[in-house]
Amino acid sequence: MKVLVPSPLRSYTGAREVEAAGTTIADVLEDLERRHPGLRFRMIDEQDRMRPHIRFFVNGEQVFELAHRLREGDSIQIVQALSGG
Amino acid sequence: MVAPSRRMAAGARRGSAPARRPRPRPAPRTLALVATRKGAWLFHGDGARRSWRADGPHFLGHVVHHLVLDPRDGRTLLAAARTGHLGPTVFRSTDRGRSWTEAARPPAFPKAPEGEQGRVVDHTFWLTPGHASEPGAWYAGTSPQGLFRSDDGGATWMPVAGFNDHPQYRTWVGSEQGGTPDGPKLHSVLVDPRDAAHLYLAMSSGGVHESHDAGRTWAPIVRGLEVVEGFDPANLAFHDPHCVRLCPSAPDRLYQQNHCGIYRLDRPSDAWVRVGKGMPERIGDIGFPVVVHPRDADTAWVFPMDGTSVWPRTSPGGRPAAYVTRDGGASWRRLDRGFPRRQAWWTVKRQAMAADGGDPVGLYVGTTSGELWASRDEGRSWACVARHLPEIYAVEVATP
Repeated sequence: MKVLVPSPLRSYTGAREVEAAGTTIADVLEDLERRHPGLRFRMIDEQDRMRPHIRFFVNGEQVFELAHRLREGDSIQIVQALSGG
Repeated sequence: MVAPSRRMAAGARRGSAPARRPRPRPAPRTLALVATRKGAWLFHGDGARRSWRADGPHFLGHVVHHLVLDPRDGRTLLAAARTGHLGPTVFRSTDRGRSWTEAARPPAFPKAPEGEQGRVVDHTFWLTPGHASEPGAWYAGTSPQGLFRSDDGGATWMPVAGFNDHPQYRTWVGSEQGGTPDGPKLHSVLVDPRDAAHLYLAMSSGGVHESHDAGRTWAPIVRGLEVVEGFDPANLAFHDPHCVRLCPSAPDRLYQQNHCGIYRLDRPSDAWVRVGKGMPERIGDIGFPVVVHPRDADTAWVFPMDGTSVWPRTSPGGRPAAYVTRDGGASWRRLDRGFPRRQAWWTVKRQAMAADGGDPVGLYVGTTSGELWASRDEGRSWACVARHLPEIYAVEVATP
């Protein structure tokens, strides 16, 4: 499925949109890590929690659990929350 | 250093070449490594330490807490970085900053068992190259307080369980809310140059600790240190060492700039002595950095700040100055020639003051207002090397 990557993480992917596979957000992140090493830890901490300023959207709806199940054709958008100065 | 002139003398005696004066060996170039809130810069100095060439920014937009050159090979650089939004990592260069790669496994606490709250590294704060006998070994101190070790030049990092999982860890570090405004920190990881297994570290907050077995076991070493008035110095969580340095010329001597004064420790004693009492009363002995002379253990420098009332953390009176002791802390002398005389409200963070190995020693400070200052004469006079950088978090200096 297609994953939209925010600009701060494109040094890993080299592209705004990349492909990844998986049946959950966690699976997709594992696949992204295989394809783009180092990417996952910038978004997910060592306790497998989303970092405070990272958001995941599936088909435009925000999801809060890495175990969120995905369906064929879903699109994922990763967003760096707008905050700070 | 003497080999060239010996060869020349031998040649002259054989009559094979006219006697010539040996060409003076060029002074080593100096590299100042500047880590800031918005990236890192390398300042290449000439042999005289008069002119400087800026190389940067590296990692523009990253919060870089520490940038350190490996003195064992003179070319490996590690940078502790994160952004305001992305998680922490460590970048590595093996060509002195021309190219960088990211650590495959940055410092991270172990995953907690199901149902337990695990710790999360917010940022790596401190980097220390390991002992000369352990090429590739590095230590990292993090926020919240954690100690990590790499044995492959910073590519992968493992927790030092002997410290991070010590039964007394929680009583040492206190609550998550303890420590500095942007998070409690483990810093001042010191390796005894005589013994790779002998380590010190310090925590804001959490006190100073020592290991004699490469980090497997630890013991606090806080006797003599004061804590904020009204609190119990027996509680490690109230101890706030800001910076601890070990004298390379006399590794049994340590200096410490603490939240509550300047201290010295001479081993095997375990009692710190407050040597900041000799500072002028109007200045006080509060600050963040302390640096030591590479060859004279009686000489150390500090950069005091205003630690009164609400702790403005500015130069006292808006007049920045370093202070030097030449007698182990018995007396202190103000060093402010070249610095602004008034209305300069910056100060210097705990990692942002460094000394080189030159003779006379060169000193370097990076300011909270983004200026890099240098002295070529052990602090007697200062000149601004760079202005308008982001807030400077750390300055290290090397002669690669």
